[in-house]
Amino acid sequence: MKATSRYLLSAAGLIGFLLIWEAIARSGLLATHLLPPPSTIPAALTSEIREGFWQVMVLSSLRHYSIGFVLGSVLGVGLGVMVALFPRIEASQAWLARVLRPIPPLAWIPFAIIWFGITETAAAFIISIGIFWINYFTAMGAVQAVDKDLIEVARAFGHRSFPALLRKVILPGAAPGILSGLRAGLGQGWMTVVAAELFGIQGIGQRMIEASGLLATDVVILYMFSIALLYGISDYIFVLIQKRILEWQR
Amino acid sequence: MAKIIETQDLAVAFGESDEHNIIFRHLNVTVEKGEFVTLVGVSGAGKSTLLRVIADLIPPYEGSVKLDAAHDPSRRPIAMVFQAALLMPWRKVGDNVALGLEGIDVSEAVKKERVEWTLELVGLAGYQDRWPYQLSGGQRQRIGIARALAVDPAILLMDEPFGALDAITRTGLQDELLRIWQETHKSVLFVTHDIEEAVYLGDRVLLLGDKPAHIVNEYHITVDREQRRESEEFLHMVDEVKDGLMGAMALSNGSG
Repeated sequence: MKATSRYLLSAAGLIGFLLIWEAIARSGLLATHLLPPPSTIPAALTSEIREGFWQVMVLSSLRHYSIGFVLGSVLGVGLGVMVALFPRIEASQAWLARVLRPIPPLAWIPFAIIWFGITETAAAFIISIGIFWINYFTAMGAVQAVDKDLIEVARAFGHRSFPALLRKVILPGAAPGILSGLRAGLGQGWMTVVAAELFGIQGIGQRMIEASGLLATDVVILYMFSIALLYGISDYIFVLIQKRILEWQR
Repeated sequence: MAKIIETQDLAVAFGESDEHNIIFRHLNVTVEKGEFVTLVGVSGAGKSTLLRVIADLIPPYEGSVKLDAAHDPSRRPIAMVFQAALLMPWRKVGDNVALGLEGIDVSEAVKKERVEWTLELVGLAGYQDRWPYQLSGGQRQRIGIARALAVDPAILLMDEPFGALDAITRTGLQDELLRIWQETHKSVLFVTHDIEEAVYLGDRVLLLGDKPAHIVNEYHITVDREQRRESEEFLHMVDEVKDGLMGAMALSNGSG
């Protein structure tokens, strides 16, 4: 398939979805507050911006998200790489990771509140948990999958110290895996943003709860779209960077 | 002539170094300065392992490896060419060739020069900025050879470097390797399972048998290099080594 026809089809899919939705919402089968038509969203957006909510909410959510993303990614990749490199650490974490891994980020909310209070730190902490696990396991797998023969090549050409092997073979070899983990975390982070703000921390999630309490479902949908937009932009930028770094892949 | 490689009663064990995992023992192999030695043998006899011990990638279990390569901080005494070219896919061709130059005492300008020179030597001048994925199998193996030559080693260890290539590419690279060897006066220890290749390239062919691995026989190839490939004498030599290998295999099957 050519790139242009691919773009056209993707756009057609999205537009078709919006049109069907608009038609159902306008048919009168459902009350407007149950399913507001997408055509009401621009008006909701202008009103939210005029009243100064949209900018503030988006900015604070972005802040929680960014802190959570950096924290979860750095710790996840760092520990994942370490665990893969040292069999003793690998063995000591095996059961521990199995115990902690299945706990959903939202289950940590009570502790986040007890430890950090109703603060932005608490929201960032919750966001970072899901991101951490994704990166932890993908980084571990990526390092374990590095071609052992290439490590031997580096050693044969005089790079025998651990830091040299890490820099010249292990990290570049694991880079594709680590980057795809980071990208998955990028999406996972947005999925927890709303929930992390439900308990009263200023942000998109909080505003959505307020709006749904007033049955202002158009505002709820506006923020749903806002999240989609933010994710779309961050993923797009990430893929550009990723392509740049992985230029060596065909 | 002076010996540049000399293994003395060498024994090597796999993994947990103990008696049960010994691959070979009392192995004495020598390579003279400037000599091209090829090593053929039954598979699993430990040919590649021997190269790795000489390259100090695997420690010997017993015995020792003596290398007579003058210490020179701007070179590496030994370089190795691997069976699969094993280029680092994230390095451009030039940076792959420069791998062994990183960490030795040469200026950036000299590094650049050495990369250019070795690429020219293997017939890929101007390929510095390509990615490995853009190369054919034969080109990749040439880069593997250039990477080894770039550190200007006295000793070149080659582990079945042409084994994975098609026949035409292989023949071309064999001739090219001989030309490079004659130009650079390296001492070469070349492992192969292809007897014709061994006889074609070598000054001397070592035949390695197993259980335990030992040098079964050695053949001095006196046929003039220009005459190899087609002369009666060459074909006769190939048959002789083949018979030797068959004998070694029968022996190893009989005892195992």
